[in-house]
Amino acid sequence: MNPFSSGTRLRDMIRSIRACKTAAEERAVVRKECAAIRAAISENDQDYRHRNLAKLMFIHMLGYPTHFGQMECLKSIASPGFPEKRIGYLGLMLLLDERQEVLMLVTNSIKQDLNHTNQYIVGLALCALGNICSAEMARDLAPEVERLLQFRDPNIRKKAALCTIRIIRKVPDLAENFINSAASLLKEKHHGVLLTGVQLCTDLCKVSSEALEYFRKKCTEGVVKVLKDLANSPYAPEYDIAGITDPFLHIRLLKFLRVLGQGDVDTSDCMNDILAQVATKTESNKNAGNAILYECVATIMSIEDNGGLRVLAINILGRFLSNRDNNIRYVALNMLMRAITVDSQAVQRHRATILECVKDSDASIRKRALELVYLLVNESNVKPLTKELIDYLEVSEPEFRGDLTAKICSIVEKFSPEKIWYIDQMLKVLSEAGNYVKDDVWHALIVVITNASNLHGYAVRSLYRLVQTAGDQEILIRVAVWCIGEYGDMLVNNTGFLDMEEPITVTESDAVDVVETAIKRHSSDLTSRAMCLVALLKLSSRFPSCSVRINNIIVQYKGSLVLELQQRALEFGAIVDKHQNIRSTLVERMPVLDEATYSGRRAGSVPTVVSTSQGTPINLPNGVAKTTSAPLVDLLDLSSDDVPVPSSSGGDFLQDLLGVDLSPSSSQTDTNQAQKRGTDVLLDLLSIGTPPAQSNSSIPDMVSSSQDSKSAINVLEQLSSPSAPAGGVSTPPGSSSMMDLLDGFAPNPSKPENNGPAYPSIVAFESSTLKVTFNFSKQPGNQQTTIIEANFSNKTFDAYTDFIFQAAVPKFLQLHLDPASSNTLPASGNGSISQKLRITNSQHGKKSLVMRIRIGYKLNSKDVLEDGQINNFPRGL
Amino acid sequence: MGIRFILMVNKQGQTRLAQYYEYLTIEERRALEGEIVRKCLARTEQQCSFVEHRNYKIVYRRYASLFFLVGVDNEENELAILEFIHLLVETMDRHFGNVCELDIMFHLEKAHFMLEEMVMNGCIVETSKSNILGPIQLLEKAS
Repeated sequence: MNPFSSGTRLRDMIRSIRACKTAAEERAVVRKECAAIRAAISENDQDYRHRNLAKLMFIHMLGYPTHFGQMECLKSIASPGFPEKRIGYLGLMLLLDERQEVLMLVTNSIKQDLNHTNQYIVGLALCALGNICSAEMARDLAPEVERLLQFRDPNIRKKAALCTIRIIRKVPDLAENFINSAASLLKEKHHGVLLTGVQLCTDLCKVSSEALEYFRKKCTEGVVKVLKDLANSPYAPEYDIAGITDPFLHIRLLKFLRVLGQGDVDTSDCMNDILAQVATKTESNKNAGNAILYECVATIMSIEDNGGLRVLAINILGRFLSNRDNNIRYVALNMLMRAITVDSQAVQRHRATILECVKDSDASIRKRALELVYLLVNESNVKPLTKELIDYLEVSEPEFRGDLTAKICSIVEKFSPEKIWYIDQMLKVLSEAGNYVKDDVWHALIVVITNASNLHGYAVRSLYRLVQTAGDQEILIRVAVWCIGEYGDMLVNNTGFLDMEEPITVTESDAVDVVETAIKRHSSDLTSRAMCLVALLKLSSRFPSCSVRINNIIVQYKGSLVLELQQRALEFGAIVDKHQNIRSTLVERMPVLDEATYSGRRAGSVPTVVSTSQGTPINLPNGVAKTTSAPLVDLLDLSSDDVPVPSSSGGDFLQDLLGVDLSPSSSQTDTNQAQKRGTDVLLDLLSIGTPPAQSNSSIPDMVSSSQDSKSAINVLEQLSSPSAPAGGVSTPPGSSSMMDLLDGFAPNPSKPENNGPAYPSIVAFESSTLKVTFNFSKQPGNQQTTIIEANFSNKTFDAYTDFIFQAAVPKFLQLHLDPASSNTLPASGNGSISQKLRITNSQHGKKSLVMRIRIGYKLNSKDVLEDGQINNFPRGL
Repeated sequence: MGIRFILMVNKQGQTRLAQYYEYLTIEERRALEGEIVRKCLARTEQQCSFVEHRNYKIVYRRYASLFFLVGVDNEENELAILEFIHLLVETMDRHFGNVCELDIMFHLEKAHFMLEEMVMNGCIVETSKSNILGPIQLLEKAS
């Protein structure tokens, strides 16, 4: 007999855990208990199995690993008694999940229990299956579940209905088997069966258009009648909540009607009367009634047009919005977001109230209201709305400022009626909450400023003024420093003075002061300091009188411990000291940046190479477009590490131009990263102002010493024949990532797709937030290779940014990913991202495809990761 | 599927019951629970009962020292979930008689069985208290 197994009772364990004063004590107790349970498991102790499982559940809830108990659940399920089975199934649902292979072992037990003579045991099995069933189990057990939908006891029927939902979500092909039995559930009287039956029908409609058609034709009237009876039903004590009979069933029925009515005028007509009745007769002084009204409004907004009902619905929302209960106001804001697509005029009427909600003390309400305001903005109201939001920015709580800033910037960029207004608003935001402004936003601001040649002076003077008052905003300082560097002379000479401006007198040394203060601020980061150095170099030519002073500032950084600053200081110092004659040409104004290309690249949709200045761009292996032909350009290019431009991440090219981004920009794959590092060294060497005459001979030497031979050859070939197509030197597999990036620049070669059998598309992955579908085609003459077109769509109301899809396959498969069409996924399925994958199956015909995927994106600037495994590839790929 | 998880947490922020209807690793759960509890417990009575966190919407309600938190997706009717929490508490009340934190802690199994009768795969199965408690009382009589 094991010394531990007589151990503590469950109650004692919980007591001792409660008595723990610290986390360490708790861990010790849990460790001891786990040891005892493990010992009991290895002894195959049956007497205490129940108790041990109960303990494990508690331990699991506390957040400790309990995988070692999984087999015990299976044993417990296989035992004949009801109590053992029950704890076993509960353990199964809590401790296991559908990804574990252990689950396969339980399929048989579940099958037996589904056919058990004791209906409670059948209920247990159904419940477990409904919660954790995998696609394989769904296929194996669907016939049993289908039969149980007609079981004599309603408690089993209702569970079978929900179990069916799980099955059809896992294997949509099975949906058609269930349409008839699901329809018959709608005629039931038992509330539980009705509730689950309606849910099942709703879900069937989502996976099968055939089901949707069937239910529309055969069931709409029935469902309307059920809802009518329910709404008019006399007091039913068992289901009554605040005078309403079963609000949950009300809501389910309204949801189902919404699915049926959407996109079908006749069906929508059918339900008008009942919807009007629910909308007008439901009591609105209790939560339950409001829940029904809320659902009813959602249905009215979704079904086909009926003006009268819509007015009713908008009025309900108006009432909600002025309610004093915050819960009601929250749902009103939520619903108005949906209503805006239907009737934006009606929503605009509530603008003032909504704007007040942005300033609410409740963060949830603020967030909803802000989203809504964002949708309400249009060309005609952008000015007053932006003013309100910026005014509020000044007093808003710090944790809300990030969201608010992002929205204001986005509104201003999208709807700005004129450039001067845009610049004004952006400067206000920068001086209030500059640190929340994203890089691409202030980069865009600089692009706009360079393009507005009549506003250069105005912008630099405004920035100068703001820096005096809001000198602690890093981003504001960066923009100011950049503009002073470029347009410092306009600041001093008051060039391009506008009538509305207040006169200002700035001396040359005042301007240098700003840059000096900025570079010496100890909170300035590397990027800002590096920008300051560039600005100083530019000013040294614009303000000859301050040249010596500037040189003194630059000299101080010759000893900087940061390599980047040291290098800039040394090189710039040399230019100021020794190359007076070329200095003024070197530091000419930046060429005007092309706005259209920039915004296109920000959106990630037009991955064109931007030639930064005169000279032919040549493609280096990491996809950098770098200008090297004109010697002057070489020298002008002051950046020490050119930032490679990944094909889909926008906003980087400006960093190229500014030459200031010192952090490696996010590259898309890891292999890429490695290669990039290598070439960075090379680029460094290239850009350290080597005299042009020597460059051709000296570069190869440097290259061969610092690079491994293969990539050196690539580079050399590229250098010697700048115009040669880059694809010509590709040598797999080392150059595959290069092809990756290059593919993004050239239109993808169209691939013939009518070769071989056609394969059905699949839903490869679906969560509540995201849907991924795969379309398949074969490469001609190559049965091993499959081309997959993956389409991603967003099911939430918020756009995803920085979207990255990653996939992994077992060794017998080879995977190649092309760049995605974009890295931003718009909300609510309004557009999608597509990406091509090429899979080569070396075991074609023997093994089928499997893939693990991981999808990462940013939702409201928080990182989200989703991953999954795809097993449902069509056979024979 | 509407409901993604159901948590019961005391006012010190300790989890007393956790049921997930989607897969999360232990580490993810601990992190999620920590974040949510911190967010929800910091809110005042007057603020609304909904909190958005990651891609969940959390609907919560406080009963004495116990918080009931339900994570749902965007499709779900928030007000209905509030009503559901109340139904859950009433059901537990009927069984335990004025349910408290300790009842749930020491009868975790039973609390789960009740929940199992009410929610399956993230959907509500049954809303009648006597139907929910029927199987549980039957088992109690048998043992």
